Amino acid sequence: MYGLQLKDRCINIFVPMKAIKEKHSLAMRWCHWVNFPILTIMIWSGMLIYWANDEYSITIFGHTFFRFFPDWFYNTLKIPFRLSEGMAFHFLFMWFFTLNGIFYILYTTISGEWRELAPKKNSFKEAWQVLLHDLHIRKTAPPQNKYNAAQRIAYTAIIIMGIGSVITGLAIYKPVQFYYLTWLCGGYHFARILHFALTLGYVFFFVIHIVQVILAGWGNFSSVISGFEVVNENLHPAIEAPQPVAETHQPIINAENEDEKAE
Amino acid sequence: MKKQNKKIKKELTVEQKISRRNFISFTSFAVLAAGAFEGWRWLYKSPNEVAGITAGAHAPLRRALNKTEIFFRRIAFSENHLVKTYPKSMAAKHVRVNSDIGVEAKKKFDPATWKLQVNKKGGEVLQISLQELMALPKTEIIYDFKCVEGWDQISHWAGVKFSDFIKHYQLDDYAKMQYVGMETPDKAYYVGLDMPSAMHPQTLLAYEMNDKLLPLQNGAPLRLIIPVKYGIKNLKRIGTINFSNIRPKDYWAEQGYDYYSGL
Repeated sequence: MYGLQLKDRCINIFVPMKAIKEKHSLAMRWCHWVNFPILTIMIWSGMLIYWANDEYSITIFGHTFFRFFPDWFYNTLKIPFRLSEGMAFHFLFMWFFTLNGIFYILYTTISGEWRELAPKKNSFKEAWQVLLHDLHIRKTAPPQNKYNAAQRIAYTAIIIMGIGSVITGLAIYKPVQFYYLTWLCGGYHFARILHFALTLGYVFFFVIHIVQVILAGWGNFSSVISGFEVVNENLHPAIEAPQPVAETHQPIINAENEDEKAE
Repeated sequence: MKKQNKKIKKELTVEQKISRRNFISFTSFAVLAAGAFEGWRWLYKSPNEVAGITAGAHAPLRRALNKTEIFFRRIAFSENHLVKTYPKSMAAKHVRVNSDIGVEAKKKFDPATWKLQVNKKGGEVLQISLQELMALPKTEIIYDFKCVEGWDQISHWAGVKFSDFIKHYQLDDYAKMQYVGMETPDKAYYVGLDMPSAMHPQTLLAYEMNDKLLPLQNGAPLRLIIPVKYGIKNLKRIGTINFSNIRPKDYWAEQGYDYYSGL
């Protein structure tokens, strides 16, 4: 009622109203962007190490589909004969990788942000619907908070993978001193395979991640740097109140609220 | 009056807030990214260490390797941590020969006239024959031999425990020093070992492999088996043993590898 009365006296302008929506905390952005170059260096130096005994391949029923890695790949990236250099880089950046990871886990746990990240009971079912939606098979996506179900699973999995890399890494780095970790990873030999497989997992994650980021657009990408997204609140009329502002300020807010209720 | 007016801050519009926050965050991001890139370039292009006991690694990376060694020796190393052992049936029949530096087939070498030389203080040299060593208590080990390249192989060795050897020849005072150095008779290959690793209960002066005297290419007549180190430290054909409080020279540490190379 009050709203209607006000509207008679005011000019309604239905323009898109920009608003700042907080999205990523500074700690989150810090961890993300610190991790990116560190993980790149870890993967690169890891390949310098792997080259010295590049025995893995995808072989099914005796047929080798792919060998890690073909010579052109090694030569393009200048990988051969750099084992000692690879180890020296790997064993320095492992510290930064681990510390950044520990900081991230502590932060998400203490701040409560893990609630937005951890998969929920129905996340696995919903993730399938998200996938179908992303592939344009399903029209609607399930409702979500900060992250959708697929993101929750992916962003939690990547942390578990990170922990896995540190554990399998320690298991092959100090298999005698950390014999219990080596045992946990199924022995020295298998721990190296796991360590390698996890790295393939990162590359797979990276490819999907990049595609999704491109599809999600600039605003989404920008928010990982700025922390906020710009949203349009164009459903609510912006009301230009008559002067003086101070006196009519309060009723205007009420009017807006009433409009909202009416919708 | 005018001064006071200036002090009153106008509240920023949403647009202003957006551009202001974008400016701050993107500028900081660019500055940090540039800093990280410059830091990486500095590290990647950093000159090699001054050649000495260690050589061939970027100077900052060598410092990191040495610091990391100290860290892991403090928090993890214990002579109670034993390398995992296996049943004899799992030992490889064909033991991999990965390097012949110092034991090249074309070099003249007669195991029959060989004697182990232990350099003592004041120029005194202890000469020990293989028969004398074989008269000492024999210790066997079947364990997973690990190469710095990344491969591993379960192999079977037997010989004199290094700590038994120290006791028998009353070298206890020497074992209080920090390092042991070992060299091939032709001085082409040499390793330096920290004393705790050398005195580890599984470190052997081995003369047998798979229940037979060592073949020449596996290090006859006497080789080092030090399961708490990578293969590069497992010197074949020991000629001389020295004790020192400073790091003895080490073949692979001169090629950019970690001096400690402990597992």
